[in-house]
Amino acid sequence: MDQGSERRGGWSWWYLLFVLLFAAVIWPPLYNRAEPTLIGMPFFYWYQLAMVIVGAILTAVVYFATDA
Amino acid sequence: MQEVNWTALVIFVALFAVITWLGFAAAHWRKGDLDQLHEWGLGGRRFGTIVTWFLVGGDLYTAYTFIAVPALAFGAGATAFFTLPYTVMIYPILFLAFPRLWQVCHRHNYITAADFVHGRFGNRWLALAVAVTGIVATMPYIALQLVGLQVVIGALGIPSTGYAGDLPLLIAFIILAAFTYSSGLRAPASIAIVKDVLIYITAFAAVIVVPIQMGGFGKVFAAVPAQKLLLAVPGPHTTGAYGYYATLAFGSALALFLYPHCITGILSANSGHAIRRNAALLPGYSFLLGLLALVGFFALAAGLGGLPEYAAGFKSFGNNFAVPALFLHSFPSWFVGIAFAAIGIGALVPAAIMSIAAANLYTRNIHREFFNRNPTDRQESQMAKWVSLVVKFGALIFIVFIPTQFAIYLQLLGGILIVQTLPAVLLGVYTRWFNDWALVVGWAVGTALGTYMFVAVNSPNYPLVIAGYTFPGYTAFYTVIVNLVIAVVLTPVFNALRVQAAPADATVAADYRV
Repeated sequence: MDQGSERRGGWSWWYLLFVLLFAAVIWPPLYNRAEPTLIGMPFFYWYQLAMVIVGAILTAVVYFATDA
Repeated sequence: MQEVNWTALVIFVALFAVITWLGFAAAHWRKGDLDQLHEWGLGGRRFGTIVTWFLVGGDLYTAYTFIAVPALAFGAGATAFFTLPYTVMIYPILFLAFPRLWQVCHRHNYITAADFVHGRFGNRWLALAVAVTGIVATMPYIALQLVGLQVVIGALGIPSTGYAGDLPLLIAFIILAAFTYSSGLRAPASIAIVKDVLIYITAFAAVIVVPIQMGGFGKVFAAVPAQKLLLAVPGPHTTGAYGYYATLAFGSALALFLYPHCITGILSANSGHAIRRNAALLPGYSFLLGLLALVGFFALAAGLGGLPEYAAGFKSFGNNFAVPALFLHSFPSWFVGIAFAAIGIGALVPAAIMSIAAANLYTRNIHREFFNRNPTDRQESQMAKWVSLVVKFGALIFIVFIPTQFAIYLQLLGGILIVQTLPAVLLGVYTRWFNDWALVVGWAVGTALGTYMFVAVNSPNYPLVIAGYTFPGYTAFYTVIVNLVIAVVLTPVFNALRVQAAPADATVAADYRV
């Protein structure tokens, strides 16, 4: 790939992190259960809330990695 | 109905007075010539990372969301939490595609998605399809913001029956219409800052205070009936609740940033960088929304549905009364005033942005394209201001005279319609490969089929049957695939049939570089 002219306009391997993120939330059987609970919250709920935070962190990682 | 809650009402009205003043004062903020459409309708594209965060946050996470998602959790349970995977998936899409859209729109002074499509594909009918879809999908959405406002006004104890009961709504709407007219996008941008601070305070108070009052999350979840706690495990020969949950989250994520109010919010940023930064910062609101969805469970655990003092509220507003009832139940009156003001102001911000977005579409892509091809800047801006008024009063009439249920019905259909602009807008940001007429046919088939499927089962959840297996799924997801397949198949066919040269692409590759 022409890294000079296509810088940030083209593909970056860092974007694979987004694929991982999608995979983590798109398949409900992965997290549709009650155990283990966290501070009384079933897994289904705290897992998905945690994924929001993970998503924000991954997006920030991709931002800094591709912004150089 | 319960008595008027005077303490809460005074605080509610005082906060409304503050944002009214702010809305008008906003005309002088980062001052620009409001006789130009990009100044009135996009705030002069001057908003940095922080203002964009408040504006887009206030835009996506509307009053209706804050009422309806907990109401869904209250009524249907786990399904409501599709909003979490949905909001997880929207930000990579925002991060990747929308800085490119911002760049090209900035270089060519495009104000709407339809402007971009027109420039990219050189086909005014395709642009018209995008504009009309945007307006049609937005109208019921504006009406639903009023539902949020109606619920909190009712919960303050103000009688909501009869036409006199609509008076507070009318006053709030006149305020909204007036400051939008005079200040344009600067008004919701400045008000969004106040609104979001109030919403954050309210949400964190609810999520910290209420579980303590109830004795911990464990007790809350123990009170939720088992069939509402998790998604139902699918039976044989079907993907069941899993299929719908996943496709609803993904399809909604694809649709979200195609909405005119979202595109307006994004285009008003001052750089592609501001958008990319926001993709990492906006999940703050998603987390908040997840916490608020739990409020639906708190209401369930508190048994509010069975308490006589809230019976009238639930009767008038259905499950949408769950959140206000919980606030009334758990908070002192002064804080109820703040919380309700947060929701009420939370209705005005997106309603303003939506009406501006619809006005921009009408002015640029319908009026200028088909009625008056050479307006002056002043005429164009004036037209948009008038249209923003018409759109809002249309929504008001809608909500006063037509059952709320119908507005919700149309808003669900709106999601199915808006996703049909995905090939032209979202893929158009990456490629000019598609034939413009192939996109028009794909859009038309997707729109017709989506409407048919939605009306046929009276729900956005369509049980697709293939070889004895049932795949319940979000109609928007299924129909956008059909739309895309048609556009792909017809592109080489139409290119071969084309007699004259293909219309020129007004944009070049360098325009998209972030």
